[in-house]
Amino acid sequence: MPLAALKFAIQINCSPTTSGTAHTAYQFVKTALILGHQVIRVFFYQEGVCHAVALNSPPDDELQLTQCWSALAADYNLDLVVCVSAAQRRGLLSVEEAQRRGRPDLAQDIAPGFRISGLGQLVEARLLAERFIVFH
Amino acid sequence: MPRFLFILNRLPHQGLALAELLDVLFTTAAFEQSVSLLFVDAGVLQLYSTQQPGSYGLKDTLAMFSALELYGVTEYYVEQESLHEYGLQLTDLQLKAMPIARSAVSELLQQFTHIY
Repeated sequence: MPLAALKFAIQINCSPTTSGTAHTAYQFVKTALILGHQVIRVFFYQEGVCHAVALNSPPDDELQLTQCWSALAADYNLDLVVCVSAAQRRGLLSVEEAQRRGRPDLAQDIAPGFRISGLGQLVEARLLAERFIVFH
Repeated sequence: MPRFLFILNRLPHQGLALAELLDVLFTTAAFEQSVSLLFVDAGVLQLYSTQQPGSYGLKDTLAMFSALELYGVTEYYVEQESLHEYGLQLTDLQLKAMPIARSAVSELLQQFTHIY
C-alpha cells in the first residue's frame, strides 16, 4: 500500500564531488517526486552551492549532477535555491551581483533551474514541510 | 509549535562550518520563536572565552554567540562530561550555559521538533 503523500524540505550541504552523499540526495528527491510526494524546495548551502555552477563539466562517462538537477527542476517544476551568502563566499555570483561589484565580465554562472536567494527560503520551506532532511 | 535545537559538537575555526551554521541559527531565531543550543564534545571549545581569532584574520564566532540574546535565544546547554574531557570549567565559557549530564541528553532531545 503506497504511503500518503508527504511534503518534504531538503537541504544539501555537500558538494557534488566530495562523497556519494550528493548522488544519494538527488536519487532521494527524484524518487520522492516519482512516488507523488511534494518537494517544497531543495536548498543548497555550504559546499552544496557547487551543484549550481553552470560550467561544471565532468567527462561524459561520469555523473552529470548539475544537469540532472536542471532536468529534474524542469520536469517537476522543482524549486532549487542556492544560498546567496554561501554562494558569494565561494565565488558564485549572479549577473546582477557581479555587475554591482564591477565585474560585468562574469557570465551567468548559475545553471538552469537554480535561483539564488536568502536563508529565509530555507526557514520558510522547513515551516511548510512535514519532513525535513539535511544531506551533509 | 516547532522547537529547534542546534547541536554544536566541533572545534571552532575549522573553515566555514560554524559561521554558516550560526547564520542558519540566527535566521531561524529571527523568523521563529524557539531556538536552543547544546554544546557537546569539541563544541564546548567554541565558547572558550580567551580565544582571539581576529589576530589570524578569522571570523569572531565567539562574538556572534554573545549576540544571541538580542534574538531571544537564551537556552544554552553544555554537556558536563565534554567540559571535563576538555579540561574546562563553566567559568571558562563566554555564555552562561546550563550544564547537563550526558545521561540526560536523550531526554532533552525529545523536547525538540527539529534538530540540527
